[in-house]
Amino acid sequence: MRAGCRFGMLAGILVVLAQTPAYAGQVTVAVASNFTLPMREIVTAFERDTGHDVTLVSGSTGALYAQIINGAPFDLLLAADEVRPAAIVAAGRAAASDRRTYAIGRLVFWTREGGLTLTEASVTALPGQSQRLAIANPKLAPYGRAAVEVLERLGLREALGRQLVVGQNVNQSFQFVRTGNARFGFVAASLVYRDGALEQGSAWLVPDAMHAPVRQDAVLLRGTEPDGPAQALFDYLGGASAAAVLTRFGYEVP
Amino acid sequence: MLGANDIAALWLTAQLALVTTMCLLVIGLPIAWWLANTRSRWRAPVAALVAMPLVLPPTVIGFYLLLWLGPDGAIGGLTAAAGWGTLPFTFSGLVVASVLYSLPFVVQPIENAFRSLGRAPIETAATLGAGPWDRFFTVALPLSMPGVITAAVLGFAHTVGEFGVVLMIGGNIPGVTQVASVRVYEQVESLDYLGAHALSLTLVGFSFLALLALYLLQGARGASAFAREGRQP
Repeated sequence: MRAGCRFGMLAGILVVLAQTPAYAGQVTVAVASNFTLPMREIVTAFERDTGHDVTLVSGSTGALYAQIINGAPFDLLLAADEVRPAAIVAAGRAAASDRRTYAIGRLVFWTREGGLTLTEASVTALPGQSQRLAIANPKLAPYGRAAVEVLERLGLREALGRQLVVGQNVNQSFQFVRTGNARFGFVAASLVYRDGALEQGSAWLVPDAMHAPVRQDAVLLRGTEPDGPAQALFDYLGGASAAAVLTRFGYEVP
Repeated sequence: MLGANDIAALWLTAQLALVTTMCLLVIGLPIAWWLANTRSRWRAPVAALVAMPLVLPPTVIGFYLLLWLGPDGAIGGLTAAAGWGTLPFTFSGLVVASVLYSLPFVVQPIENAFRSLGRAPIETAATLGAGPWDRFFTVALPLSMPGVITAAVLGFAHTVGEFGVVLMIGGNIPGVTQVASVRVYEQVESLDYLGAHALSLTLVGFSFLALLALYLLQGARGASAFAREGRQP
């Protein structure tokens, strides 16, 4: 009888808690490493606006995918591409309607040397020179796929041969150029632009007609509570506040 | 099961481990000999430096190698001035990185072997008129051979198992810098789990056999040391 009473009270408290819409909740977000910096800003604003508490787990999309498929306790995945979120939906770990493009990335041809005027001709002049060109791994990174598309369109893929060095992700190809180990590289605009201006070096913003758009998708994972804090963050990503951050970091708003 | 790129990665890994092991023996033998015999106050700092790769995360080593070997780095400046270009993204660069990374795995077993030898055989050889080189190559080295072989197996196996350093300075070029561990990482990342299994299982088999050989060797050495003691009056 007393146990039943206690159970009743507990159930009552739970019902009250569940019905309060604006309580501070906890969200764990797996975010692709190339989006960690902007996401931190978005999260700061989100926490301020909602009072929810967000934990960011940063990693490569492939590693995060493997962790999610194997039961990692994430509420939301912000991937660097559309392939892995689609695979998560296909694996039944998220509903198809809970997948959405949150950012579109732009590709730039970049060097750390300032004062150069880079154009398409700077890329076509590369084969046969001693300079290295860094790209992200086209098998793993959407920016790598976009770079390879551009190189193929310019008929340079084969001609570059061993001039081409491959980073595991776009951050690493940026790092190869940033340290001077490769003179040029195809990197994400988000890595070199802030507030619409180049932070360092010289760049050619590759026209987006030259490659398929680099769509970065987010998925709300199954098992998160309906209309809970994770859903709120998922919706917040499509809002004006997040859009402003995306633009500042050189992404296009979908 | 294994594709052409898998075979290329395994072959490259084997070449890298072999070249690295040979370099390590050439560099490691004198260092180990010096560490085992010196009374210099520099012994402790040098021993600590040699052992550093045991403690440092490979990412730290890879990060600094990328900077040092790059065009702004001290070593990169030298290699560029000498007309060799810079070392990252080349096979030679991987050898340099692997030698640094696996150094303690080769130096320490050899040093221990030299140390357990004691002074007696060397001093006996000296009284019989053997010069320093002669004492090293005909007395110390043959008597320490089990330690040297252990060092070689460990250096080889540890280079095969290298990942973080190669990932950071390799550039993942098939046939040049794409070693087996990096290829497995790429396969897992691109969700090619089947391909990853094929290569991973090959590496699992290799590691077991390498370590089995090592422990069988150590077992044999332990037994022979025991037999040697048993023969003493």
